[in-house]
Amino acid sequence: MATLPPFQELLDEHARDVLGFLVASVGPHDAEDVFQETFIAALRGYPQLGHGGNLRSWLLTIAHRKAIDHHRAGSRRAVPAGSGEEVGGGVAVSDEALESAAPDGEIWKLVSVLPPKQRSAVVLRFATDMAYGQIAELLGSSEDAARRNVHEGLKKLRGELR
Amino acid sequence: MNPISERQLRSALRGAAAEVDLGDATARLLDRAEDEGLVEVAYATADSPFGRLLLAATDRGIVKVGLPNQDVDEVLSRLAAEVSPRVLEAPRRLDRARRELDDYFEGKLTAFDLPVDWRLSRGFADKVLHAVARIPYGETLSYGEVAAQAGNPRAFRAAGTACGINPVPLIVPCHRVIQVGGKPGNYGGGPEMKRALLELEGSLRA
Repeated sequence: MATLPPFQELLDEHARDVLGFLVASVGPHDAEDVFQETFIAALRGYPQLGHGGNLRSWLLTIAHRKAIDHHRAGSRRAVPAGSGEEVGGGVAVSDEALESAAPDGEIWKLVSVLPPKQRSAVVLRFATDMAYGQIAELLGSSEDAARRNVHEGLKKLRGELR
Repeated sequence: MNPISERQLRSALRGAAAEVDLGDATARLLDRAEDEGLVEVAYATADSPFGRLLLAATDRGIVKVGLPNQDVDEVLSRLAAEVSPRVLEAPRRLDRARRELDDYFEGKLTAFDLPVDWRLSRGFADKVLHAVARIPYGETLSYGEVAAQAGNPRAFRAAGTACGINPVPLIVPCHRVIQVGGKPGNYGGGPEMKRALLELEGSLRA
């Protein structure tokens, strides 16, 4: 097994990116909770990790999953039984989110209601400046699909704001 | 309303991130990791008259003391490889060790009351270091005498090697093992530090 660096190094080097990703994904209010979930999960799995390469992507993949869990839990709370399943393509931005969205200060509210892959792709691209190739790796998709997710997400954001 | 520009999106997402304090978030994370038993090696740094010390503990006790001349990153990497990669800076677990070391350097403490995790010393070196741990404050033994206490009077060289790789210096007082003629001899933290420690303990004949 490859030797893994002390976990503190991951925290020192990547915690800011992970927190930035989560704030943009779930909003400043809930980001810290999901940040805890992400790093606790990472810490649990860390000794079994078979490689020491690209730990930033590994952490952001966990953060992406935890953000999805968070949104699912949120929709279970908000929506009556039967409609909890994720819709692949076109979750509409709710009226509530639209009404509360300011032109700049609260754009994350619009981002946070994008479909999961679009949301993560947009956030990785614009909050952490990640290359499409890395976004693809992290989301488990092709580079083209990553590009499309960013593009579709942007289109949706622009459409909903107009 | 105008469509969102990429620049606006970038600054809005980063602006939101600035609202959350990373220091608070990591402090709470650390507490939770400790509560859930996920910090297998906790470490902290401590100031001493000789420079900065690195202290590391497992749930069994102090597992490593890094002396000022040792590279912190290297020590932490070795702990990650030899104990567990779940190495985190969690100073609270080292509070008592830090206090006792402070008192020791001020001459107010003559015996540490700290559990030691011996997992990094093995074989004959482990026997030697257990013998070293029994040498009282203000007293010294020669390398040969320590070797004898570890069960092999002729292995004075091996005793020297064992002292050289002592994972928990100061707390396991390898500075109390000196040459037959009374000279301090080698020390992991450098010969000057050894001399100063022996002077502090009043056991160096001028």
